[in-house]
Amino acid sequence: MSCDVAAEPIPGLTPAHGRSAAGFGAAQGISVGALTKAYGAQVILDRIDLDIAPGELLALLGPSGSGKTTLLRLLAGLDSASGGAIRLGGEDAAGLSVQERRVGFVFQSYALFRHMTVFDNIAYGLAVRPRRLRPSKAAIAARVSELLDMMQLPGFEKRFPSQLSGGQRQRVALARALAIAPRVLLLDEPFGALDAKVRKDLRKWLRDIHDRTGLTTVFVTHDQAEAMEVADRVAILNGGRIEQIGAPGEIRERPATAFVRAFLD
Amino acid sequence: MSESATSNLAPTPRAAAPVADEAAPARWTLIAVTVGFLGLFLLAPLLVVAVEASRKGWDGYCSALADPDARAAILLTLLVAAIVVPLNTAFGLSAAWAISKFQFRGKAMLTTLIDLPFSVSPVVSGLVFVLLFGAQGLFGTWLAAHGIQIIFAVPGIVLATLFVTFPFVAREVTPLMQAQGTAEEEAALTLGASGITVFRTVTLPNVKWALLTGVLLTNARSMGEFGAVSVVSGHIRGLTNTIPLQVEILYNEYSITAAFTLASLLACLAVVTLGLETLFERRGGGAQNVL
Ligand SMILES: Nc1ncnc2c1ncn2[C@@H]1O[C@H](COP(=O)(O)OP(=O)(O)O)[C@@H](O)[C@H]1O
Ligand SMILES: [Mg+2]
Repeated sequence: MSCDVAAEPIPGLTPAHGRSAAGFGAAQGISVGALTKAYGAQVILDRIDLDIAPGELLALLGPSGSGKTTLLRLLAGLDSASGGAIRLGGEDAAGLSVQERRVGFVFQSYALFRHMTVFDNIAYGLAVRPRRLRPSKAAIAARVSELLDMMQLPGFEKRFPSQLSGGQRQRVALARALAIAPRVLLLDEPFGALDAKVRKDLRKWLRDIHDRTGLTTVFVTHDQAEAMEVADRVAILNGGRIEQIGAPGEIRERPATAFVRAFLD
Repeated sequence: MSESATSNLAPTPRAAAPVADEAAPARWTLIAVTVGFLGLFLLAPLLVVAVEASRKGWDGYCSALADPDARAAILLTLLVAAIVVPLNTAFGLSAAWAISKFQFRGKAMLTTLIDLPFSVSPVVSGLVFVLLFGAQGLFGTWLAAHGIQIIFAVPGIVLATLFVTFPFVAREVTPLMQAQGTAEEEAALTLGASGITVFRTVTLPNVKWALLTGVLLTNARSMGEFGAVSVVSGHIRGLTNTIPLQVEILYNEYSITAAFTLASLLACLAVVTLGLETLFERRGGGAQNVL
């Protein structure tokens, strides 16, 4: 078999036309219309409308229990909606399985595969592809080491998740999600489990990763300072409804509702 | 920070020292009682088995094993285990999977039902099968009309053993699967893995050591089960006697050495099982402390 990595383009992984340095295709927007989720009589998400532009970094901000995780899971196809529509890059997501949606999902608890090394964790999405679509071993290794560099985790290939700090686990989870060259990136409270100091450092870093990959990114947080500092636009969720969407400055200057005003203080 | 840490920690060593001193006699008494008990009820019997089995020397040992009825008992025992262990591994895994990864009605009841074979006396379990499949049983006439014999034949022994050993795998695996939740599986799905791939690459490896422990216990019990098998077997020499049943027959006939020779096989199985179980638990413990 050929060991020449450059000669073996990985579909959807090879550096594309200048849009992004790290080999992600053209960014795809997310469009959500009247999206509703109910468990029995309990309405968790109430007719959510949300348009996220290709390449945008959107923060989903709201108190605990406001439905942020639920919205993210619906976008990823991990749960099914009770009503409404989701479009990913202009394609109706209703007919797409979780696997077909190919979203990069970073779980709140990281959900790293505990019995696999960092290398195998990051390589997973490529290694489980059907043989026909699977990159060569050398190409996978090259991809993993490229991502480890990007995450500033060189030399961590052989470690197990248990041997990593919270911040390192979080970065491995992000690398694993990025490895499949996802259509969009969804992060559920990416810094939730980390201490305050680390969180501050990671804000700039997340913005940096987003700018380098050019991926449409939705990240969930309950910390308004975090949302305001990092995101292009912020959507404020409360009780399953969107209270306001706008650029951080706009929201700060003109809070649309009493809830938003109180939440920002 | 450091001040409050020291002031929090300081009293502990002082308080701990006298407690440890006072506890010493109690500790030694408890250890002595435990070791004494284990020696009397676990090690002594093992020794007796070894001594009795070797009473007629190596030749006696070999000739006892070469006896056709003993041979047949050994083969039947291996056959039953070879059927029961894979089936109950599959059943146990399915049950553990269903209970820990899905929400459904009657889940609590299912969990209780899985433990039923442990709470019912094996003899009763055996009798239930006789009442179902025996000549006078519920399906007896139908089975006889179709020339199928279950009771007093190998199928009955397999069924009874299946029933008795069902809980082992499910019991070892379910709590672990429950504790691990579904996040890793969901992550694998978003990364493009199919359901079966997720099971093979994430779910199964995560419970590997617990599963192996369950398989081991299933095997040990399916080879050693007496009560339920005794009821359904009919004790036909060379045909429906497993090792434990053959041991009893030999013992009742005062063929003490032959009885203990066969029993020594089961004793060896127990020792090997225990050793492997310890190993698996140590491995599993290492992997499960991860998160
Ligand atoms: N499987 C479920 N069944 C019933 N209610 C649920 C379920 N999952 C989430 N909820 C409810 O939905 C609401 C929103 O949850 P979630 O999306 O996790 O909020 P957030 O991520 O903003 O904290 C909560 O009140 C929660 O109790
Ligand atoms: Mg949440």
